[in-house]
Amino acid sequence: MKKFNKIVSVALASAMVLAMAGCGSQKAVESSEAADISEIPGSSVEESSSQTAGNAEGTFKIGGIGPTTGGAAIYGIGVMNGIQLAVDEINAAGGVNGYMLEANFQDDEHDAEKSVNAYNTLKDWGAQMIIGSVTSTPCIAVGEKTHEDNMFQLTPSGSAVKCAQYDNAFQVCFSDPNQGAASAQYIGENALAEKVAVIYDSSDVYSSGIYESFAKGAESQNFEIVAAEAFTADNKTDFSVQLQKAKDAGADLVFLPIYYQESALILTQADSMGYAPKWFSCDGMDGILGVENFDTSLAEGVMLLTPFAADSEEEKSKNFTTAYESKYGETPNQFAADAYDAVYIIKAAIESGNVDPSMSVSEIGDAMKAAMTQISVDGVTGEAMTWAATGEVNKAPKAVVIKDGAYSAM
Amino acid sequence: MSFITYLINGISLGSVYALIALGYTMVYGIAKMLNFAHGDVIMVGGFTCYTVCSTMGMHPVVGVLLSVVVCTLLGIVIERVAYKPLRMASSPLAVLITAIGVSYLLQNLALLIFGANAKSFTSVVNMKSLKLADGQITVSGVTIVTIVTCIVIMAALMFFINKTKLGQAMLAVSEDKGAAQLMGINVNATICLTFAIGSALAAIAGVLLCSAYPSLTPYTGSMPGIKAFVAAVFGGIGSVPGAFIGGILLGVIQIFSQAYISSQMADAIVFAVLIVVLLVKPTGLLGKNIQEKV
Repeated sequence: MKKFNKIVSVALASAMVLAMAGCGSQKAVESSEAADISEIPGSSVEESSSQTAGNAEGTFKIGGIGPTTGGAAIYGIGVMNGIQLAVDEINAAGGVNGYMLEANFQDDEHDAEKSVNAYNTLKDWGAQMIIGSVTSTPCIAVGEKTHEDNMFQLTPSGSAVKCAQYDNAFQVCFSDPNQGAASAQYIGENALAEKVAVIYDSSDVYSSGIYESFAKGAESQNFEIVAAEAFTADNKTDFSVQLQKAKDAGADLVFLPIYYQESALILTQADSMGYAPKWFSCDGMDGILGVENFDTSLAEGVMLLTPFAADSEEEKSKNFTTAYESKYGETPNQFAADAYDAVYIIKAAIESGNVDPSMSVSEIGDAMKAAMTQISVDGVTGEAMTWAATGEVNKAPKAVVIKDGAYSAM
Repeated sequence: MSFITYLINGISLGSVYALIALGYTMVYGIAKMLNFAHGDVIMVGGFTCYTVCSTMGMHPVVGVLLSVVVCTLLGIVIERVAYKPLRMASSPLAVLITAIGVSYLLQNLALLIFGANAKSFTSVVNMKSLKLADGQITVSGVTIVTIVTCIVIMAALMFFINKTKLGQAMLAVSEDKGAAQLMGINVNATICLTFAIGSALAAIAGVLLCSAYPSLTPYTGSMPGIKAFVAAVFGGIGSVPGAFIGGILLGVIQIFSQAYISSQMADAIVFAVLIVVLLVKPTGLLGKNIQEKV
């Protein structure tokens, strides 16, 4: 019965997406601007529509894909806003080599199938490059399609290795193995704990990917993994067993390579059972302070490895944070920063490769691929970012800690 | 010690499943239809309580009462609009598909109204957690309230069904709609009442589910709904005590398999047990007990 229900739900969901995708492309043709963006609170319609000059020749059309609704919405909305902010800035400053940029962002609800539909919608719109998908599993699915079309794809935050498995795809964020290994290194070098427990989502490629590399990285560090407890997407409300096992094993630090919704539940449940270890997490934890009605004091002291801290004194980050806050009325998260960088990376690659919008999608793809390995970009998520032909980024990781209900650099 | 903690956690999880399963089993027993929207009525109950208590700042008791009222009305409306016109349809599949449609409708409406971001639910239970054996075992207040509520509701339901006129009417409708009508029972009103009761139970289940696992999204109800459906089948669908036992057993098996076998395999084990039980006893644990049938 469960399976039947699943099949039916998939069928219904895809029917809905098809219907929605149809609307989306129509709107895009009519108004030449991401119609979906206007529906999200915080984004400004006037500003986004004044910057672009329609479907005229001489614009680069950049498609964005990510969840603006659903459980991972906070990431997708951040990315959507980050892209728009950067596009507006670049256009206001005269564009890239004299060409304007135009962005269109489509919702995928953190679902692989919907993500592919969003990609098809963007192709109908005339997208020449893709920033997306925001989350790993959908990103891998879209990667198969962009590879077929040889469309240049840059994911701001899809961190699974497979997100950049083809030569047309690149990442702004660290890949999962890098995050896992860097976390292990950080915990070890700063002597944060002797006994570490891990709670991860075995049904999620992001989470299990980080866990595997973390476990490997931990071997050469002077701490021990005393408990590695998994949960699956179907069982993500009750964490009593996983926490009890971590507690019984005497773990003084719990590593959570998972997203913030589950983390919020884990922190609450650990508090109610009187278990207070140190918490360490990766970029998926970013967003926990935005959970409505969540008692942020529970997250006090949580450490996370993320390339961006909104309160950073560093000039680039500060300018970005100020611009973002004045435009959208909220503090940017790391995903917004990744997306903002993604647009500037595309700008750098276009300039370096002398790409021009009259080229075909595949020609642009080839030119961008070659340019990506040549450029070095100073962004808000890292200094002197460079890329290997595999698509992986090379930059230094940073850790932040939650202090007084805000992220602050460690 | 941890064995007892696991057992308590299992019973706690199981009693939430049991509460939801009671609604499933009532509706199935009487209307002979699977109300797949039941899990989403739970979500509506959770959101109602969240809006009343956390957004408007009213007392939790008001929140619980209002969510019961809202869900009861919602249950009646769903039944009247979506299910009743199809009751005489040639294929029982039609109403099943409608139920799935209603489920998606509710989810997407909630998505539209409340947005996708998870909300942290403030527990409506203010009871302090109980510490046993020198504080080695902690039983949270929500757990105690959930278990007690579940037992009280089950007892009240059994009393209602077996001892009152309306309850007898329900039994009659569940056995033979046509004959019940000939005996002067208003079949439509009885089925409507069933939906009202089932949805009221869903509201309570929703509030307790969100109190125990305080994360509220438009999809909160769907997975517990499916698990509770399994629990209802496990205990013998149509049987009130069966739903209770099925729910508790499902929760305990799930927690134990997480704790002692593998935290990833929990669902596989739960469903394997279900298959074995159904192979041995196709009607579920308490399925053959026709007297108990709602």
